[in-house]
Amino acid sequence: MGFFLEVLIGGLLAGMLYALVALGFVLIFKASGVLNFAQGAMVFFAALTFVGLTERLPAWLGLSPEWAGLFWIALLLTAVVMVLLAWLVERFMLRKLVNQPAITLFMATIGLSYLIEGVAQGMWGAVVRGLDLGIADEPVMGLLERYNLMISKFDLVAATVAGVLVAVLALFFQYTKVGRALRAVADDHQAALSIGIPLQRIWVIVWAVAGFVAIVAGLVWGSRNGVQFALTYTALKALPVLILGGLTSVPGAIVGGLIIGASEKLAEVYLGPFVGGGIDSWFPYVLALVFLLIRPEGLFGEKHIDRV
Amino acid sequence: MIYREAGQFKASYEEDQQIFPIKQDRIVMAALVAAAFFVAPFVASEYWLQAVLTPVLVFALAALGLNILTGYAGQLSLGTGAFMAVGAYATYNFLLRLDGLPFLVGLVLGGLSAAAVGVVFGLPSLRIKGFYLAMATLAAQFFIVWALAKFPWFSNYSSSGIITAQRIEIFGFAFDTPARKYLLTLAIVSLLALVAKNLARTNTGRSWMAVRDMDVAAEVIGIPLMKTKLLAFAVSSFYCGIAGGLYAYTYLGTVEPDGFGLDLSFKILFMIIIGGMGSVLGAFLGAAFILLLPVGLNVLMHTSVGALVPATLASNLELIVFGVLIIFFLIVEPHGLTRLWQIGKEKLRLWPFPH
Repeated sequence: MGFFLEVLIGGLLAGMLYALVALGFVLIFKASGVLNFAQGAMVFFAALTFVGLTERLPAWLGLSPEWAGLFWIALLLTAVVMVLLAWLVERFMLRKLVNQPAITLFMATIGLSYLIEGVAQGMWGAVVRGLDLGIADEPVMGLLERYNLMISKFDLVAATVAGVLVAVLALFFQYTKVGRALRAVADDHQAALSIGIPLQRIWVIVWAVAGFVAIVAGLVWGSRNGVQFALTYTALKALPVLILGGLTSVPGAIVGGLIIGASEKLAEVYLGPFVGGGIDSWFPYVLALVFLLIRPEGLFGEKHIDRV
Repeated sequence: MIYREAGQFKASYEEDQQIFPIKQDRIVMAALVAAAFFVAPFVASEYWLQAVLTPVLVFALAALGLNILTGYAGQLSLGTGAFMAVGAYATYNFLLRLDGLPFLVGLVLGGLSAAAVGVVFGLPSLRIKGFYLAMATLAAQFFIVWALAKFPWFSNYSSSGIITAQRIEIFGFAFDTPARKYLLTLAIVSLLALVAKNLARTNTGRSWMAVRDMDVAAEVIGIPLMKTKLLAFAVSSFYCGIAGGLYAYTYLGTVEPDGFGLDLSFKILFMIIIGGMGSVLGAFLGAAFILLLPVGLNVLMHTSVGALVPATLASNLELIVFGVLIIFFLIVEPHGLTRLWQIGKEKLRLWPFPH
C-alpha cells in the first residue's frame, strides 16, 4: 500500500509539472484560438536564456557570480526577452495570419518552434547545461520516517510553485481589467473588438503571459533534467494533458495533468513489466484518446455544436 | 504567346475530361516524364540518383498520401511516419516469411497492412475532430514506433529493431544499382500519382472534399461520413505504406523504428503545406523543395557568404531558415507552390499583352 501511495503521489507531482506546460497552451488557445506548438520551444528558449544570462552577466556587469541578486536580475531580463518575443510573434506572424483557418495557424507555430529552437541554440550554444535552483532532489525526511514514503522535496516544491502560479493566474483572470479583457476576447473576438478591446495588444499580453509560464516551466524542468534540447519535448508531454482536460480550460489543464501524471506512473509500474516497459511515450495519448471517445471535447472543454 | 489554348476545341466528353485539357501542358508533362525515365538515369551521377532523386520521389509519394487525408479529406494527421513504418516493416516481414513472394506483391501487401492500421487509427475521426483528432494520430505515431522497437519479432530479432532490406528482384531482374532503383521508384510513384489524380476527380474524391469543407453539411446531402472518412484513412495510409516500403528498399536499404519518428511526420506535413494542400503536383513540388533546401543551404555555406556567418549560428541556420520559410509561406501564399505555379500559368496565357 505504501508503495502504491508513493507511486501515486510521485505521479501526481509529476502531473503538476505537465500541467505547468499545458497551462501555456491553454492561455494562448483561449485568447486567440491558436494551438501553440511552439510552447515547448518557448520553455527551452526561456530556460536557456536564463542559464545563459546567469553565466554571462557577472562578466558583463562585473558582479560576483555568487551574488544572490543575480538570480533575480537574470529572471527579470528573461522575462523582458519573453515579452519581446511575444511582441515579435504578434507583429510579424499573428497579425498577418488573421482570419486564416486554425490549421494554418497551428502549422505556423510549428514553423515558429523550429525558428525559436534554432535561434536559442545559435545564441547560447547547444551544450547541455546544469541549472541549480538550490533545492535538493532528496526525499522529505519527515514523511520518510513517519509514513515510510519516498517523496522528493524537489517535486513537492515544484508542484507548490505550479499551484501558486495557477492561483495567481486565476486571480489575474478574474479580478484585473486586463484579465477581464482576456476573457472577453476568449469568448468572442468580434464582440470584444466592438466594445473597444484592442485585440492585438491582448495577443501580445497573452503570449507574454504564456512566456512567463514557460520561464517557470523551463526553470523547474531544466533544473530537473538539465537545460538541453530535450526540454522542447515537454510540449509532447503536455499535449495529451491538454486534450484530456479540454483545450480551453485552465482547471482542465490541472486536472488533466494530475490524471495523466498519476496514471502514467501507475501504468509504468504495474502494466509496464508485462509489455517490456517504456510505455510512457504513448500511454498518455492512448489514455487521452479513450477519454475523448467518451467526451469529444475533453473533460472541461467547451461543447461544440455544428450547424449547417 | 506560345502558351495559349486558342483553337483547341473539345469535340467529345473524353477530350473534355482530360487531366491536362491544354495541349501545351500535355506536351510539357510528356517531355518531363520522358526525361525522368530516359534521360535522368543516364545523365545524373550516382550521388544525385541515390541521395536526391530517389528520396524526392519517395517523399513525394508519402506527401501524396498525407495530402489525400489532410488536403482532400480535411483530417489533420501527425502520424504519417508511423504509417510509413508499418509499410516498411510489413513489406520486410512478408518478403522474409513467405518464400518466393515477388517483391511487388510484398510491397502491395505492406501497403495494405498500413491501410488496415490506418483504418484502426482513423476510427476516432468519426467522433472527434480538428486538433483533438491530430492528437489522436499522435497516439498512432508513438505507439507504432514503440511497438516496432519493443517487439523483436517485427525486425526478425535483430538488435534495436533495425531491418536490412532484401535484394529486389522482379522476374529475375535484379534492381541493385542506384539507377535501377530510381527507375523502379519512378515507375511505382508515377503510377500511384496518376491513380491519385484520377481518384480526386471521382465520386470518392468529391465526397472527401465535401467532408473537408463541412462534414455536417456533407452528411446532410447524403454522403456516408463513416465510409468516406475511413476510406480516406485507408487510401492515405496505403500510399504512406508503399512510400515506407520504398523508403526502406530503394532509398535507405537499412531502417530502424526511430527513423520513422515525429520529425519525419512533420517533414511530410511541411511538404504538403509548402507544396500546396489538396493538389497532386503540390506533393512533388513540396518534397523537392524540402529535400533540396538543406542541399542548397550547404552549398551556400561553402561559398563566401557562408564565411560571414558565425560558426555557432551556422549549424542552426537550417532550423532557422526552415522555420522562417514555413511562416513566410503561410503568410504570403497559404496555398503553396502550386498556387504560384497556377498564377504563373495564368500570366503566361496573357503574355505579352496583358490588357
